[in-house]
Amino acid sequence: MSLPGDWYLILAALLFSIGAIGLLVRRNVLVMFMCIELMLNAANLTFVTFSRMLGDIAGQAVVFFVLVVAAAEVVVGLGIVVAIFRRRSSATADDLHVMKG
Amino acid sequence: MSGSLAALLATSHPTVADAAVFAVGALIILVGALGVVLSRNPVHAALSLVTTLFGVALLFIEQNADFLAAVQIIVYAGAIVVLFLFVIMFLGVDRNENIESEPLKGQRPLAILLIVVASASLIALGVSAHWATGAHQVTYPTAGGYGDVRQIGKSVFTTYLYAFEATAALLVIAVVGAVILARRPPRDAGVADPPEATGAPAGVDGPGATAAPDTAGPATPAPGVVPPVAPPVVTPPEPVAGGTVPEEVAQ
Repeated sequence: MSLPGDWYLILAALLFSIGAIGLLVRRNVLVMFMCIELMLNAANLTFVTFSRMLGDIAGQAVVFFVLVVAAAEVVVGLGIVVAIFRRRSSATADDLHVMKG
Repeated sequence: MSGSLAALLATSHPTVADAAVFAVGALIILVGALGVVLSRNPVHAALSLVTTLFGVALLFIEQNADFLAAVQIIVYAGAIVVLFLFVIMFLGVDRNENIESEPLKGQRPLAILLIVVASASLIALGVSAHWATGAHQVTYPTAGGYGDVRQIGKSVFTTYLYAFEATAALLVIAVVGAVILARRPPRDAGVADPPEATGAPAGVDGPGATAAPDTAGPATPAPGVVPPVAPPVVTPPEPVAGGTVPEEVAQ
């Protein structure tokens, strides 16, 4: 029997907060992607905790889909980073101001 | 917190080992997450991300989600972080960056304040609402351990079948989109010299380039293509034009 679920939910909230702060504060696009992964992992931890608390497998099935979406997001995002780096030769979010109309 | 801890010690269901596993997992997760945010080097950030992912997998196992823990290790630590590291090394951005400079004045304290307030209100909301509300065991019950694989399979292939099919389509679209985004745009080779690039390999060394593109590509177009273009500075792009165009001819 594991600990009560609220401990896990508080931990997931802290992990999500750290990821969100990193996403807002850092300027390297790759590190910003890693912070998005942190936030997705916090959501996964929340889903698994609710799955255990409610005794329902649906939370774990949703985590399965979140993993797939995270993989697709990383693939497309890193493709965009490579395409931008080829043109601008830097991986900083500030350089993307050239995209404004 | 302390009341919850006292209630935890009073009830006999969770053992000390469970609390120890949770403490170790939480420590690993938080240290890794802070390492991702605070490290100057992107490679160090990626390795800290691996640490966090292992901690999350540990807590998955602690909560009887063994299958998801294995998938977490294989997909995240095995594929996604390797992809991150590959792109970091490929782009050559594995050097320290200056994280103290703040181009937008006051953005960092404002962001930290905003997130702290948001997460504190989220936790307060969860405490006041007693965390998990709703019906128990709506779709399929958890079985624990290896039984979860059967339950996840049943759930994915019956209740979430359409979502599963959409996932397959999403992955195909992501792969095609990544290839289109990451490939070198072909007009870079065409802008330099369109008539020579299209005409010379097709007519002169089309069959030879398909047989041995690495050896015949840089050697044979150089005498045929460079003299009309005339400036010798253009020679580095020429093997690129000679190397890519025969592939298009071969297709």
